[in-house]
Amino acid sequence: MNEQTDIKKLTFKDFETDQEVRWCPGCGDYAVLKAVQITLANIGATPENTVFVSGIGCSSRFPYYVETYGFHTIHGRAPAVATGVKLANPDLDVWLVTGDGDGLSIGGNHMLHVLRRNVNMQIMLFNNEIYGLTKGQYSPTSKLGAKTPSTPLGSVDLPLNPCSFALGSGARFVARGIDTALKALPGTLARAKDHRGASFVEIFQNCIVFNDKTFEHFTLKKEAANTQIHVEHEKPMIYGKEKNMGLVFNLEKFALETAIIGENGVSEDDILVHNETNKIMAQMLVELTAPDFPVVCGVIYCDPEESYDDAVHRQVKGAKDNKKADFNALIRQGRTWTV
Amino acid sequence: MNVQTNAQGFEELDTVCIRFAGDSGDGMQLTGTQFSVVTALEGSDLATFPDFPAEIRAPVGTTFGVSAFQINFGSVEVSTAGDEPDVLVAMNPAALMVSLAGLRLGGLIIVDEGAFSKRNLDKAGYIENPLEDDSLSDYQVQKLDITKMTLESVKEFGLGKKDAIRSKNMWTLGLILWMFGRARKPITDWLEQKFKKLPDVANANIAAINAGHAFGETAETSANLSRYHVGKHTTEESGEYRTVNGNQALAWGLVAGSQLGDIPLLLGTYPITPASALLHTLSGLKEYGVVTFQAEDEIAAVCGAIGASFAGQLGVTSSSGPGIALKTEAIGLAISTELPLVIIDVQRAGPSTGLPTKTEQSDLHQAVWGRNGDSPIVVLATSNPQDCFDVGIEAVRLATKYMTPVMVLSDGYIGNASEPWRIPDINSLEKFSVKYCTDPEGFHPFKRDPETLARVWAKPGTPNCLHRIGGIEKDYDTGHISYEPGNHQKMTDVRAAKIAGVANDIPEQEVSLGTSGGKLAVVGWGSTRGSIHQAVKRAREENIDVSHIHISNIWPLPRNLKKLLNSFDKVIVAEMNNGQMNNLLRAEYLLDGYSLTKVSGQPFKITEILDCIQKQELEVG
Repeated sequence: MNEQTDIKKLTFKDFETDQEVRWCPGCGDYAVLKAVQITLANIGATPENTVFVSGIGCSSRFPYYVETYGFHTIHGRAPAVATGVKLANPDLDVWLVTGDGDGLSIGGNHMLHVLRRNVNMQIMLFNNEIYGLTKGQYSPTSKLGAKTPSTPLGSVDLPLNPCSFALGSGARFVARGIDTALKALPGTLARAKDHRGASFVEIFQNCIVFNDKTFEHFTLKKEAANTQIHVEHEKPMIYGKEKNMGLVFNLEKFALETAIIGENGVSEDDILVHNETNKIMAQMLVELTAPDFPVVCGVIYCDPEESYDDAVHRQVKGAKDNKKADFNALIRQGRTWTV
Repeated sequence: MNVQTNAQGFEELDTVCIRFAGDSGDGMQLTGTQFSVVTALEGSDLATFPDFPAEIRAPVGTTFGVSAFQINFGSVEVSTAGDEPDVLVAMNPAALMVSLAGLRLGGLIIVDEGAFSKRNLDKAGYIENPLEDDSLSDYQVQKLDITKMTLESVKEFGLGKKDAIRSKNMWTLGLILWMFGRARKPITDWLEQKFKKLPDVANANIAAINAGHAFGETAETSANLSRYHVGKHTTEESGEYRTVNGNQALAWGLVAGSQLGDIPLLLGTYPITPASALLHTLSGLKEYGVVTFQAEDEIAAVCGAIGASFAGQLGVTSSSGPGIALKTEAIGLAISTELPLVIIDVQRAGPSTGLPTKTEQSDLHQAVWGRNGDSPIVVLATSNPQDCFDVGIEAVRLATKYMTPVMVLSDGYIGNASEPWRIPDINSLEKFSVKYCTDPEGFHPFKRDPETLARVWAKPGTPNCLHRIGGIEKDYDTGHISYEPGNHQKMTDVRAAKIAGVANDIPEQEVSLGTSGGKLAVVGWGSTRGSIHQAVKRAREENIDVSHIHISNIWPLPRNLKKLLNSFDKVIVAEMNNGQMNNLLRAEYLLDGYSLTKVSGQPFKITEILDCIQKQELEVG
C-alpha cells in the first residue's frame, strides 16, 4: 500500500481523466459521470482501489473518464468480468456500468446471475430505452409501439422493467435515480456503495439524439415534485409540491393507490411508511408509472445478505486454516509404488 | 503375445489387453479402474481407455447403454490402450454384441451366462443365443453364471436382490485377479475405506471378490481356465509412481504452475463433458488459494477468468469444443488487452454436440485460427496423462511471461485415461516469478518488455499506475484509445511478433523415435502419440526407414520444424480429424504431407498407422 504522508481530501476533479469525453453534446451520461465523480469524492474513495468495469454501448465508455482503474470489456459480459475482479481481489471497490441493451438484452443472463449471487459491487444501469451506439434501434426497455430504424411500424416487443427484473433475480439492493438529479443521485450511489452485496441502481438517462424526452413526463424539473417520489426508509411516502399527496394501500384491490391528505378522510397517518427491507412493497413500488403514479426514486429495497465474494473467501480461508497446503503430499495421496 | 509357461503354472505374457464391458449400471468403470490400480502397484506398464456412453443410465440391456473399460498392460512399454483386446469380459448380451468385433481372433470371452435371458438377448438384437450356436467358435468362451454365483456369495449379508446383484462386477474382478495372479488386498482395503459407514456393503463386495477368486482356484477342471503372468516393466526410471488420468494431472499441473509462479489461480468454468473433472479437482484445492467459479455459462466463465487476470491473478477457463466456441469473443478481449489467460480445451468429437464422450482432435483450427481479427495465441497440446502435468505448468509460465492467452488442447481420451506417472518433487521444478509493475516512471499500460514484447502488468490496488484498458485498439505509445490507421497496423504487427517470439522460448522439435532426415516421417500431435510410437517402432523393426515426430507446441510451431520436416522424402500426418494439422503445416511450410485421418470417436489402432507406413514406403520407393 502507498505511504500517505499528507492525506488530502480528493474532490470530484481528482476523478477526472485526461481523456476527452466523447458523448454527444447534451447526453445524460455527462450528468451521471459528474454525479459519480462527486460520489467518489464524497465517500473518500481511493483511486487505486477502485475499478470501473463496463460492457459495450454509450454508457460503457464510462471507465475511460474516471481516474481509477478501468476495464471496458465486451458486450453484455461486464457482470462476469467484474465478478472475476471481485473474486480475485475482494478489497477492490468495483463499479459496473451498463445500459438497457448491454445489461438486459445481450447481457441479461449475466445480470440475472450477478444479482442472484449477490457479488459485492455497484451496478449502474443507464436506461435510455434505446440503442444509442448502433444508431437508434429499440431496446428491451423501449415502449410498445416505439418507432425506430428497426421497428418502422412500431415495436411489438413488450418492454421490461429493470427494477422488477432485479428484484425477481434476487437483488438485495435496488434503487433508482435520474441522470440530471445531481442532488439526489450521489446520495443514492453512496447508499449503493454502503450495501455489501450487489447494489442495483437504475438511472433514467436521456438519449438526446435517438430518444429525446422519453422520460420528460416525470423528469421535467418544474413538475418533478408531483411526478416523482423519493422514498426514504421509515418515512411516509409523501410527495407533491404541497407535500399533500401520498401512497396508500388498498387491501381490497391489493394494490397501491395515490391519495390526497385532507381529502376523503385521508390523514397523514394513512400514508404508507416506506420499509426498504420489505420486498413485496418494493415490488409494488417499482411497478408504479407516470402519469397515474409518481415514479419511485431513491433506495427502494435494501435487505443485506452475505455477499458471494465474502462466502467464497470464507470457504477458501476455512480450507487454508484447516488443511495444510502440501503439494508434494497432495500428488502422493492414494496408492503409490516405488520402482 | 509371447507365451511361455513359468514354474508356478502361469503362462508368461509380455502384454495383455482386457476389455470389461457391461451395462452402464454394471460398474465396469470401477472394475477397470481398480484392476488398473493393482496392475500399476505390481509394476507393469499400462494404458487405459474408458469408453462409455453419453447417457448417464441408458435403458438397461441396450447396446447404446454399454459401458466399457479397456486396459492394456505389459512388462514392456505399452503406450496405447491396445488395438485388439485379448480378453473380453461381457456382462450381458449387449456388451458382447458391441465389443465382439474388436476382440482378437482366438481371444478369451468371459460371459455372465445368467444375464443371457430372452429379454436381454432381444434388447441386444440377438435372434439366436450366441452362447448356444457356433457363432463364437473363433474364440475361447467361458460361460459362467456370474449373477447366480454372486448372489450366493453375498447371501449372508442380507442385501436385497438388486443390491446383491450389484456385486457381480466384484465377483468378476476377483476371477480376473486370480487369472493374472494379482493381489486382492489393495482393492479390499479400498472397499473397506470407501464403505466405512456401510460395513455390509463393504463385506458383501469383498465376499464377492473372494468368491470370484476362489472360483478360479477351485473350478479349474470344469472351467479349464488358464492363468497368465505379466511382469514388471523394468526399464522405467526409478522413483515413486502412481496412476493418474489426464484431467487430474492437468488440474495438478495448473496448481503447480500457480505455486511455481507464485500467482493465485482462479478457474472460471461451466460443466461440460469431458472437461468437468478439472473443476471437480480444482474446487477441492482451496487450501492452495484456488478459487473456482462455476459460472452461468461458458462466456461468463471465461470472462470471470479474464476479470481475475485483470486483477492480477491467473485466470483459467476450461471446456470442450462447443464451450470454447462460446468463449471465442472473450478470448479476443484477452488478446487485445494482453492479459494472461489459460484456456483448457478437452476436445471431443464434433461439430456441435457431436459425440460428447468420444475423443477427437478436431479443435486445432479453432484453437489456432478460430477468432475474429488477426488474433494469435499460444497453443500447446498434451500427449498423454502424465504429460498433462508438465503442459499445465508450461501454460501458466507462457501466459504470464508473455501476457497472452494460452490454449491447451487435451482430449477426452487423455482426460479419462490412466497411466503410471513418476511423481515429481515440486521443490525440484524450476520457479518462474510473475512480475507486476509498480513503478510509475514512464508508466503506461502497453509499455513493453523489449525482449518478450509482453506489456507491463499493473494490477488494481497499485498506486500511481492507474489505467483503463479495453477491447478498442490502443495507442502503441500511450495505451489510450486510438483509431489511427498506422497505429492499428503497428499493434497488429506487435501482437503477432510477440506470439511468434515464443518460438525462441520453447524447445526445438526433436525426433521422438528414429532419425533426423530419411525416407519417411510420421508427424502427430496430442493423444495419438502412443499409437504412432508403437507403429513406427514396429515398422523400424521391419527395417522401414521411418521416424516419429511428435509436435507439442502447436502455435507457434518449433523454430526448426520446417527444416526437420523437409529432411524427409515423405511426411505422413496422422491425426483424429479431417486433416487439420496437415493443413497447418501446408499453410506454414508448403509441406506436401500425406494426411492419415480417423474420426470414429475411437483412438488410432497401431495397425492402422503401420499399414499406412507400409503403403507409403512403397509409394516413396
